[in-house]
Amino acid sequence: MVEIFGVPSQALFGQLLLGLINGSFYALLSLGLAVIFGMLNVINFTHGAQYMMGAFVAFLILQYLGLNYWFALVITPIVVGALGVLLERSLLQWLYKLDHLYGLLLTFGLALILEGVFRNYFGSSGLPYRVPDSLTGGYNLGFMFLPLYRAWVIVVSLVVCFGTWFVIERTKLGSYLRAATENPTLVNAFGVNVPRMITLTYGFGVGLAALAGVMAAPIYNVSPQMGAELIIVVFAVVVIGGMGSIMGAIVTGFGLGVVEGFTKVFYPEASNTVIFVIMALVLLVRPSGLFGRTA
Amino acid sequence: MTRKLGLIALSAALLCGAAQAQQVTVKVGVLSDMSSLYSDITGAGSVLAAKLAIADFLASNKDIKVELVSADHQNKPDIGTTIANQWFDVDKVDVIVDVPNSGVGLAVSQVAANKNKVFVVSGAATSDLTGPKCNANTVAWTYDTWMLANGTGKAMVKTGGDTWFFLAADYAFGAALQRDTTAAVEAVGGKVLGGVRHPLNTNDFSSFLLQAQSSKAKVIGLANAGGDTINSIKAAFEFGLTKGGQKLAGLLVFINDVNALGLEIAQGLTLTETFYWDKDDNTRAFTKRFQQERPSKFPSMVQAGAYAGTLHYLKAVAGLKSAADGKAVVAKMKELATDDPLFGKGTIRPDGRKLHDAYLYEVKTPAESKYPGDVYKLRATIPANEAFRPLKEGGCPLVSG
Repeated sequence: MVEIFGVPSQALFGQLLLGLINGSFYALLSLGLAVIFGMLNVINFTHGAQYMMGAFVAFLILQYLGLNYWFALVITPIVVGALGVLLERSLLQWLYKLDHLYGLLLTFGLALILEGVFRNYFGSSGLPYRVPDSLTGGYNLGFMFLPLYRAWVIVVSLVVCFGTWFVIERTKLGSYLRAATENPTLVNAFGVNVPRMITLTYGFGVGLAALAGVMAAPIYNVSPQMGAELIIVVFAVVVIGGMGSIMGAIVTGFGLGVVEGFTKVFYPEASNTVIFVIMALVLLVRPSGLFGRTA
Repeated sequence: MTRKLGLIALSAALLCGAAQAQQVTVKVGVLSDMSSLYSDITGAGSVLAAKLAIADFLASNKDIKVELVSADHQNKPDIGTTIANQWFDVDKVDVIVDVPNSGVGLAVSQVAANKNKVFVVSGAATSDLTGPKCNANTVAWTYDTWMLANGTGKAMVKTGGDTWFFLAADYAFGAALQRDTTAAVEAVGGKVLGGVRHPLNTNDFSSFLLQAQSSKAKVIGLANAGGDTINSIKAAFEFGLTKGGQKLAGLLVFINDVNALGLEIAQGLTLTETFYWDKDDNTRAFTKRFQQERPSKFPSMVQAGAYAGTLHYLKAVAGLKSAADGKAVVAKMKELATDDPLFGKGTIRPDGRKLHDAYLYEVKTPAESKYPGDVYKLRATIPANEAFRPLKEGGCPLVSG
């Protein structure tokens, strides 16, 4: 068997694949953050809590309405996205003209409140959620066993990420959005309802977080702190990719998933630090991020 | 005659003074994880358990006044130390109870010794608290890493799981648990093939499990706790490790974790606990009282330990009629035989280790579970004298002199 740095190459293929799977979560979450920051100039610290709410809503509609995973996949992003719209209309919209720090503080505070409320009602141990029957089992790839569900995660993530990138960068709607960020007054003068567009964009970004939450529910522990643990990493991903860059968020999300995966083999103790080391290095060399436009 | 009366009056006054001096006030502080991964196993439930213990104690000791305070150490040793110092120095707390997280537990134990107060450990698991780091102010009540390792480790080896690979949380607790399990496994002829140290609060364990899988070890020992254990077991189930013939040994699994996993995933898991809510009439009665304030929650062994430890501490204070000298109170705790509804009769050893039976449980299948919380079946009872590390092997300075 071929070995690379003392690790069998087959094991490395496995880790590469697992890295990509983790990367799909990073990509989905950082995509939402990048869209929101790019269009609204808000650093959405509630993103982790909204991801957590996605998983909880999936659990709740299964528990109380008997609606399974597939319904959750559709309903949850809409429900949580709608809550996001409510939040934008009631609180966030007043902050656009202020410094970024205000949006950050507001969303950070909200995240703490949401987490606390969920912990109060559901405890911190977590709730059980099963992998849907049609996605159980898996393939033996020779170098590793790939559960069908993880394959599904990669596919969904790729489709959603590139769909979003396409809409924003390549369609007319996307061009309105980008124009509205550059110069809202002018776009408004052309008869486009800019505030509504911004509200819906926020709702969409939040919906993405909720979707990631539903995707995570069967494989990770559904607990109130699940978002807080992940969101810090996701922020690092966004910073490395370049704040607000859609393609940057996607590529760095997958890329850092892979880097983290390899760290788990060669130096597991550093696996939750490696991303921040990279972030520090990137900020030193390219302060606007790998894909960011230099100001 | 007048002189006699005067003497009587004087002695009466003196007696009154003495009686007033004997009005003892005790302040109990529950220092716990109120807001993070261990908060269901410990946290508010431990505070409630201490409250119940105080209520039971006061029912027969009306002359003692007991106050209860609580705080969140956020799993940070520096915060834990700060709170402990403030409680002992400023707030006049006499005993700190619980303290999950071995890192924080070791720090608080030091503070209690320096200030000559008392620390009754229920949450922190490291066996070092009654080993090299023991002191005359600390009592470890519920369990420790040696006992978990010994119970589950030996049982797995005896049923054929003689090669091991560890997933260990990368801090004091995981290291202690891995070390103690390695010793237990090797003592009965098993072999350890390797292990990984993962950071606390890891989300995805698939990478580590793949390494465990390729080690070809028969048993994967999970030297972690809380959300980390849940995420590892979920991923092991998904990646088909258990179907491939490898077995999981949950070295520290609580009933709360089993409920979070669901029986479908958790079934067959072997684990060691010193308390199970459904063990006998006494534990069920306690659970009923517990659930009046925390509906549909089941007390964990750490919470049960917070109850029993607080109760025994108060009995020792009542015996001494003073809580001022921490060393004296702990000496009294060791001198008195322990007896409470949850752990039964027991003793506390010179190194601070509380001795009681431990139980090897197996998680039921969904079909076997008849009502909520009906999750364990008893596989073996490990008698108190075998359940914990022998006194002379701990390396506690209090014992070796």
